[in-house]
Amino acid sequence: MSDDVLKKRFFQQIKVMFGWEPGKPTQISDAAKQVHELKRLTNKQDLLAVKAHMRAHEVKSTKWRNRRWATLIFANLLFVLSYWLDIQVLEGSLTASRFVGFHLIDLNSALQVMLAHKHIITNLLIGTGTVLLLWILFGGRTFCSWICPYHLVAEWAEKIHLKLAEKRLVSDQSIDRRLRTVFWILFALLALATGYTVFEAISPTGILSRALIYGPGLALLWVLALLVFEIFFSRRAWCRYACPIGLTYGVVGILSPLRVRYTLEGCFHEGDCRKVCLVPHVLDTVIKGRAVAPQVPIGPDCTRCGLCVDACPTGSLKFEVKGLSKLL
Amino acid sequence: MSDQRPPAPPPSPPLSKAKRQTNRRRFIRTALLTGGVLGAALSGFLPQIYALKKRLRPPGALDERDFLASCIKCGQCVQVCPVQAIKLADLVDGMGVGVPYIEAREQACDFSCDAVQCILACPTGSLTYIKPDFLPVRAGAALAAKPILVAKEKDAEPTLNLKERIGVARLTRPEACLAVQGKGFKGQSRGADFQGRMRHMAVDRWKPIKVADHPYDVAECDLCARECPVKGAISIETVFAPDGRKRKSPVVHEPCVGCGVCEMICPVEPTCITIEAREVWKA
Repeated sequence: MSDDVLKKRFFQQIKVMFGWEPGKPTQISDAAKQVHELKRLTNKQDLLAVKAHMRAHEVKSTKWRNRRWATLIFANLLFVLSYWLDIQVLEGSLTASRFVGFHLIDLNSALQVMLAHKHIITNLLIGTGTVLLLWILFGGRTFCSWICPYHLVAEWAEKIHLKLAEKRLVSDQSIDRRLRTVFWILFALLALATGYTVFEAISPTGILSRALIYGPGLALLWVLALLVFEIFFSRRAWCRYACPIGLTYGVVGILSPLRVRYTLEGCFHEGDCRKVCLVPHVLDTVIKGRAVAPQVPIGPDCTRCGLCVDACPTGSLKFEVKGLSKLL
Repeated sequence: MSDQRPPAPPPSPPLSKAKRQTNRRRFIRTALLTGGVLGAALSGFLPQIYALKKRLRPPGALDERDFLASCIKCGQCVQVCPVQAIKLADLVDGMGVGVPYIEAREQACDFSCDAVQCILACPTGSLTYIKPDFLPVRAGAALAAKPILVAKEKDAEPTLNLKERIGVARLTRPEACLAVQGKGFKGQSRGADFQGRMRHMAVDRWKPIKVADHPYDVAECDLCARECPVKGAISIETVFAPDGRKRKSPVVHEPCVGCGVCEMICPVEPTCITIEAREVWKA
C-alpha cells in the first residue's frame, strides 16, 4: 500500500516539475492515515505548549548552507585559479571543461550545441556522458544550488527581496511555473531551427562563469537586469520560472538516489521549510494531512540545497541516499 | 484490479471576482516574463542580421555559421594559447557572446604552440583538424598544401595540420608601407608599451617574448615577411608601380593561412597590412 501510493506520487512529482500544481492526494496509505489521525486527536493545548517549548529552544542552523556555499565557491574558484595560476586542474568554464584532462560538458549546453550543429563529436559525447553520470549520482538539480554561480548571487538578491517584502515595499509576484517547460521547448526548437545556440547568449550561468574566469563584460548587464527583476518584482524568478538548465538537471534528478526525505511523525506542519524553499511545490507533502506515507522522498525538482533541512526545527527533513540505509 | 475509484471531486464553485483578477494579473506577468526573456534571447540575432563585425576566428574554425552553432563558449582555447591571442566576444556580438576571436593587431596567432593547441582543446569540434563530411569547404578556403612552419623547418615533421585558412593578409595601405617607399626601419616595431608577444627561435623556442623586447634595424623594411611564421606565405618582391617605375612591395602568396603576425608586426600606424577574416585565396 505504502509502495503503491509512493509510486503514484513519484510520477505526480515529475508532472509537478514540468509545471503542474500539486493537489490533495487521492490515496493515503493506512500507516500515514493513522499518524494524521493521531495528530488530529492530540490535545490542542498540549500541542501548542510543545510547539512553544521547541520554538524557545530552537537553534538556527546554517550547516548545509555553509557547506553548500563553500562547495559552490570552491568549484568556481577552481575554474578561476586553474586559469589564473595555470594549475590546470579544471580548465574551461561551466559550459564545458576538463578536470585533470577528463572532458566535462554541461548537459544543457551540450544539448543546445547538438541541436544547433547537428553533429556530435566523440569528445562532446564523452564529456556529456561523464556529467550525466555525475549528476545522476549527486542528485540532478544539485548542480543548481551547489555549483551554479547565478544561484548564489540570486540567493543574495533573494535576501534583499525578502527584507523589502518585510517592509512591504515589494511583494512577490508569482508566475506560471509551466513557463519553464515552455522555455525549454522553445529554446530547443530555436537551436534546431536557427542553427544558433540561442539560449547560450542569455544564460546567466554561462555569462557569470565566463566573467569570473576571463574577466567581466557587458553581458553582465543582463544578469544584473535579472537580479533587479527578482529583487523588485518576483522572487527567484529566473530559477523558478525560466531556466531550462534547471529543468534539464531536474530530469536527470528523477533517476538520482540522493534526495531529501520527509518523515511525517515528528512534523508540526508549521511550514518553515516551505518559506525558505526555492521550489516549495516539492514540499507540498509537509502540509497537514497531505503526506501519503510515513516517509516521503522529495521530488526531482528539489535542488538538494538543504535549506529546509536547516530550517526544520523537528528534524523531519533529512538528506538520504536511496538504498544506502538498507545496506548499512 | 479493483474498481475502487476515488470519489469524483465536487464541482468547483465559480471563481470569485478577486480570484479571477489575480489569475488575470498572473497571466499578464507570465506573458511579460516570456516576452522579456525571448526578446533578450532573440536580440542576439541583431548583430548576425546586420553582420556588424567580421571577426577573425582561431585556426581550424568551421565556417562562421557552423562555428557559432557548435561553439559551447567554454574558453578552453583561450586557456591553452601560449601568446593569449584568443579573446571571448561580449554582448555586442549577439549570438557570438562568449565565442573566441583574434584581434590580430593586438596579439596575432604566431603558432608558437607548434601543434595548434586551441584545436586540440576544443571539446565540440568548432575548431578542428578534420571537418565532418557534410560541411563543404568554400572555394579558396582550402590550403593547397599543409603549411610549413618556418620555426620547425628543420624538424622531421615541419608542417601544421591545417587544411583551411582563417583569412588572408592584404596590403590595405600600400602608400604608407615602408617597403613600398623604400624606407628602412629601426627600433621597436610597435613601441615600448606594446604588450603583444611572439616566438623568436633564436631567443627561445618554447617561450614567446615581448615584441617590444626584440627591436629591429633593417635597411629596407621587411618585417612582415621576416616574421611570418608560415613558409612562403609572404615575400618582398620587386613590382611595377602604376607609373611604370620599379619598386619593392610585400606580396602575399597562396600558403597564407591568415594568422595575423604581419598585421601585428607592421611598424606603421595604422597598419598597412591587415587580415581579412574569412576571406579566401584568389589567384
